[in-house]
Amino acid sequence: MSDIPGDLKYTRSHEWVRLEEDGSVTIGITHHAQGSLGELVYVEVPDVGSELSPGEACAVVESVKAASDVYAPVEGVIVEVNDALADQPELINEQPYDDGWIMRFGEVNHDTLAELIDSDAYLASIEDE
Amino acid sequence: MGQRAQSSFFVCDGVNMMRTPLYEQHKAAGARLVDFAGWDMPVHYGSQIDEHHAVRRVAGMFDVSHMTVVDLSGIRVRDFLRHLLANDVAKLKTAGKALYTCMLNDEGCVIDDLIVYFRDDTHFRIVVNAATREKDLAWIEKHAKGYEAVVDERDDLAMVAVQGPRARELAATCLPAAGHDDVLALKPFNAVAIADYFVARTGYTGEDGFEIILPGEQAPDLWDSLARAGVVTCGLGARDTLRLEAGMNLYGQDMDENTSPLESGLGWTIAWEPADRDFIGRGALGRQKADGVANKFVGLVLEGRGVLRAHQKVLVDGVVVGETTSGTFSPTLERAIGLARVSKTIGDRCDVDIRGRQLPVLVVKPPFVRNGEIKVDIERRGERS
Repeated sequence: MSDIPGDLKYTRSHEWVRLEEDGSVTIGITHHAQGSLGELVYVEVPDVGSELSPGEACAVVESVKAASDVYAPVEGVIVEVNDALADQPELINEQPYDDGWIMRFGEVNHDTLAELIDSDAYLASIEDE
Repeated sequence: MGQRAQSSFFVCDGVNMMRTPLYEQHKAAGARLVDFAGWDMPVHYGSQIDEHHAVRRVAGMFDVSHMTVVDLSGIRVRDFLRHLLANDVAKLKTAGKALYTCMLNDEGCVIDDLIVYFRDDTHFRIVVNAATREKDLAWIEKHAKGYEAVVDERDDLAMVAVQGPRARELAATCLPAAGHDDVLALKPFNAVAIADYFVARTGYTGEDGFEIILPGEQAPDLWDSLARAGVVTCGLGARDTLRLEAGMNLYGQDMDENTSPLESGLGWTIAWEPADRDFIGRGALGRQKADGVANKFVGLVLEGRGVLRAHQKVLVDGVVVGETTSGTFSPTLERAIGLARVSKTIGDRCDVDIRGRQLPVLVVKPPFVRNGEIKVDIERRGERS
């Protein structure tokens, strides 16, 4: 059974989005996504300062069996990336919603936040797969 | 998130999937199942990397019942196989002896790779790939007619590979007691029939072990007893990383109907002598050999971080000199490794284009790993050529 925290927003392409108290927005991939990929062995993150649009491929997560793009769920500028993933890509398998976060946006376009789905809708979307 | 590149065998359509006699075992063990050539097969049972290490360090088992077992018989069956296969079954003189070979088309390119076992003067057994079953059977049937050979696909049989340094010892305890001495006495690339079991000291991992062919209805009991003996259940994911570390080719990826064995690191499997043996593809292959082959087949080790995949460009000084045919993350080397078809002139270093970035790789001679030991010098450093 997949772990889908109720306090996060999601995309149908398996990214999760957390609105932080300081207004920044943290992004990762879901528990379901890491389970489908299997053990991660390499993560490529975007450069800090990248300006991204929703749906833009901006990171790559590679397991033993496959490489997958991670898409920007919102519009905004990257202010921080998770450097720990370079040495420990398995953090995404172990703690996809915590230490396995991938990147953080500073200010984002709030209209694009409104396009995201909630945990119930995400659960429904993966049950349809 | 969306898929970008994957190992070629994870192709999904999900309809009318075939199941092996061990399907219930896989489900009960919590396997993640994928479509492999139309078969619902386990890719892993939790951790592909742990399964890989289990085979290198102790023993693991794989359900390879999707592979196609074909028995060939007839008075002229040896002559038939000497024509059909690029390696020469005349080398097989004792019952149970096995040979790895390619089956070529008239252009000297590879229809499939297979293992052929000599049983007696009128009986041979071959094991071919699952993904090539239909075309292989059609090709074999077509050529068998002239030799009055009988082609019998044994879809009643299952196949379990038990691989690893302790595989033979653990597997022997699960086989009929009367056969213990015989299976433990088997030399590499030999097989013996024990009651309903056909046990071969062969494999696709670079470790010692057995491949056991047996009636499908007996497979679940053997599987369960191997598990009780401490053999770790392994999926096809680990099988792929193990074979790649062992430098073993995967059909459809490292060679196919457009490449010859000479361009695929398989020149050693062609029996040129005796010169008067007329095997299919010999003419075209002989011409290619005489003209000189422009490509060679090499191993690659990525120096830094990242993962090699099939179909990445190989470059020297910014010029494309070839392409990767297989690539993965090697759990033993903890680096990305790959196989590539490249220009004969390549040196011991080159670059591989990964998503638009050229990353340095070492050119090595496979295997990368055999019998638990790393066989390539991955710490090699120096001036770039």
